[in-house]
Amino acid sequence: MSMDVSTDKKTLLTPFNVVVGVILFLGLIVTFLRFTKGLAGVTNLSDNNPWGIWISFDLLCGVALAAGGYTTSAACYVFGLKRYHSAVRPAILTAFLGYALVVLALHYDVGRPWRLPYPIFVQSGTTSVLFEVGLCVFLYLVTLFIEWVPAAFEWLGVRKPRDVIVRMTLALTIFGVVLSTMHQSSLGALYLIAPSKLHPLWYSAYLPVFFFVSSIAAGLSMVIFEGTLSHRYLHHKMDATYQGEHDGVVLGFAKGAAVVLVGYFAIKVVGLALDNNWKYLFTGYGAWYLVELLGFVLLPAILYAVAVREENRCLIKWAAILTVLGIVLNRFNVSLVAFNWQLPAADRYFPSWMEIALSLFIVTVGILIFRFVSTYMPIFYEDERFKEHAPLDLHEHPVKPHPQGFGH
Amino acid sequence: MQRRTFLGLLGAGGLSAVLGKTARAAGTKHFEGFPGSSGVLFDATRCIGCRRCEAGCNQVNNLPPPPQPFDDLSVLDKKRRTNAGTYTVVNRYDHLAGAPGPVFRKNQCQHCLEPACASACFVNAFTKTPQGGVIWDGSVCVGCRYCMIACPFDIPTFEYDQVLTPRIMKCTMCNPQITQGLLKVPGCVGACPVEALVYGKRTDLINIARARVRDFPNRYLNHIYGEHEMGGTSWLYLSGVPFKDIGMREDLGVTPAPELTSGALAAVPLVAGLWPVLLLGIYAVNKRKDQVADEERKEAVASTLARAKAEAKEALDKVLAKADADTKKAIEKEVKKALEEAAKAAAEEGE
Repeated sequence: MSMDVSTDKKTLLTPFNVVVGVILFLGLIVTFLRFTKGLAGVTNLSDNNPWGIWISFDLLCGVALAAGGYTTSAACYVFGLKRYHSAVRPAILTAFLGYALVVLALHYDVGRPWRLPYPIFVQSGTTSVLFEVGLCVFLYLVTLFIEWVPAAFEWLGVRKPRDVIVRMTLALTIFGVVLSTMHQSSLGALYLIAPSKLHPLWYSAYLPVFFFVSSIAAGLSMVIFEGTLSHRYLHHKMDATYQGEHDGVVLGFAKGAAVVLVGYFAIKVVGLALDNNWKYLFTGYGAWYLVELLGFVLLPAILYAVAVREENRCLIKWAAILTVLGIVLNRFNVSLVAFNWQLPAADRYFPSWMEIALSLFIVTVGILIFRFVSTYMPIFYEDERFKEHAPLDLHEHPVKPHPQGFGH
Repeated sequence: MQRRTFLGLLGAGGLSAVLGKTARAAGTKHFEGFPGSSGVLFDATRCIGCRRCEAGCNQVNNLPPPPQPFDDLSVLDKKRRTNAGTYTVVNRYDHLAGAPGPVFRKNQCQHCLEPACASACFVNAFTKTPQGGVIWDGSVCVGCRYCMIACPFDIPTFEYDQVLTPRIMKCTMCNPQITQGLLKVPGCVGACPVEALVYGKRTDLINIARARVRDFPNRYLNHIYGEHEMGGTSWLYLSGVPFKDIGMREDLGVTPAPELTSGALAAVPLVAGLWPVLLLGIYAVNKRKDQVADEERKEAVASTLARAKAEAKEALDKVLAKADADTKKAIEKEVKKALEEAAKAAAEEGE
C-alpha cells in the first residue's frame, strides 16, 4: 500500500496510480457480477461454508483493526494521557472509515442487502449474538461519525455545531468504549454456538474475551503502524504538535501493546488449560495453533517490551506489523482454517480470485478516502481558527488541563 | 452529555430488555418440547434406500426436478447433503461392522426442540411451531447465513444463484401443508413403502422406539438419537450400527444451542451498566489528580514567591539598617567634628 501524493502532476502513470486503478477496475467488475449473477457468480461459498473471506477479512479483521479509534480516544480522554491528543483524530478517522467499509462489504455478502436495517427497525432477533453485533456496529458507526465530523466542520469553517460536538467528547468516548467492548467480544461470541464445527484449540467459552482483548492490541498496533505510514506519505500535512507528540505516542502505545499482548497470551493459555486441550497441541492443528500463539502473540509481546526498553522505534514498527498480522491470522483461523475442520478436504472453502479482489477493492477505497480526508481536513494538524491553546504551551506544561471541552 | 450516555445505554441494553424474549423456551428448566408436538421416527434397520421419501418430499414441496431421477439409485454411491433444491437426502453406508448389508440413513432438518437456527437468527425468521416443525419466514430474512453457521446438523441451505431473492431452504416437516389440511403426514413419511418412517406425537414415538429396542435388543443399539442430542430434536433415529458410522455426529452433547450463547449475551447489559461507571471513575480520578497537581504547583509557586519576598525584605532591611547605622555614624562623626571644630574655634578665640 503505497500512498505517494508528492509526485509531480505531469504523469498519472505512477506505480501507485496504476495499482490502484487495476484494483478499482477489478472491484467494479466484481461488483457488477455480484449484483447480476448472485453470490454463486463470484464466490466459492457453499452450503457447508456459508461464510468466506468477506466475513473473515472484511468483517472480523476490519472491525478488529479499526479498534484504534476507541483505544486512542479512551487513552486520551478517559485515562488522561493528554499527550496522545494529536493521535486521536487520525485514529477516529481510520475507525470511522473502517466501520463504514465493513458495512459496505456486508452489502456484498448478505443475500438481500437492502434489508440490513431489518434487525434493528423491522424485527429484532434479540437471542442472536449477530443482533448484538449489528446493533453495536450501527450505533458505533453513528458515534464515530459524530466524533469525526468536527474535522469536517473545521474544514468548512462552521463553528457552532462543531463546538457543541466537541463538548460531548467525553460522553461520546465512553459510549464508544462500551459499544466496542460489546461488539468486539461479540464477534468472537458468534462462534460460541458452533462447538461441533470449530476446532477445540480455537473454540473456547472465552472466545468473546479473546476477541476483545486482542482487539485492544490490534488497535494500539494499528495506530503505530499507520503512524509510520502516514509519516512517510502525509508528512507535509502534520503540524509541530503532531510531530512533537508522535514519538511519545509510539512509545506509550508500544508499552501498552506489550502489556496487553502478555495478558492475551496468559488468558489463551488459561483457556487451553481450562478445556484441557493440551493433547491437541501434538497434532497438525496444534502446530498451527502454536505458530499463532508463540509466533504472533508471544513474540510480538517480547519484541515490543525489548523495543520499548531500548527505545528502538524500528523494532516497535516491526512488532506492530507482527501483531496486526497475528490478529488477522487469528480471525482467519477461527472463521476459516479451524472452522469445519472435520469436513473432508474437498468440502473445504478457499476464496475465489473475485472474493480476494473485492476485499482489496474495499481496502483501497478506504486508503483513498483516508488520503483525501487527511489531505483536505485538519486530521494531522490543528486548524488555526479552532485552536484552543498554543501548541508550544502544551509542551511546556504537559499536565495543563484543557480550558473547556476535551477535544478538537 | 449525561442524557446522551443514558439514551445510548437504553439503545444498547434496554432495547433487548424491552423487546427481548428469553433464549430458552422455558427458563431454567429443561424444555422438553411443546406438549403434543409431532415428530418422526426413522428406523435405519428398516430403510431400504429406495429414495421414494426424496421423491415424496420433492413433490409436496414443489422443488425443482432432481439432476438424476429418483429411481436412479446410483446417486447413492456418493455422500450427499441437503441443498437449495433438496430438503432431504438418503445416503448409503457400505461394509459396516455388525451389519449384513449396506445401511441407509435419511437426513433432513432434525427440528430441534430449541433450534440453533432460531436462536442465531438476528431477525427472528425461524419459528419452532407448537406442532413441532421449524419454519422460516422469507419476509424478513436478510440472507446473512448465520443460521447455516449455527446449525450443528448442517441443514439450512441457501440459494446462492438467486440475485435478488435468495432464500434459506430447509425441511419444514411439511408444517404449512399439514396445518392447511393438505397433508396428514409429511411427504417423505407418506411415500415410505417400508414404514422406516413413523409420524406421530414425539412422546409416543419415544415409547415406540423404546419398545422396539426392548423387543429386539439384538437388532438395535440402546440409544434413541435425538431424544437428548442438542437438547432434543423432533426427529428421532434408531439404528443397529453406531450412529457415527452412518454420518451422524455423536459428539454434539445435550446442551441446547441457545444455552451456548446465553452466557455471553447476559454479559452485554453488565458491560453497558458497569463500563460507564468504571470509565467515568477513571476519568474523575485523573481529573482530580490533574487538579491536585495544578493546585500543588500553584501553592509551590506561591510559597516560593513568599519566601523570596521575605528574603528580599530581610536583605533590604539589613541594607536599610546598615545604611541607617552608617548615616548615624556619619552624623555622629559630623557632629563630633563640628563640636571639635567649635571647641577649636572657641579655643582660638580665647587665645
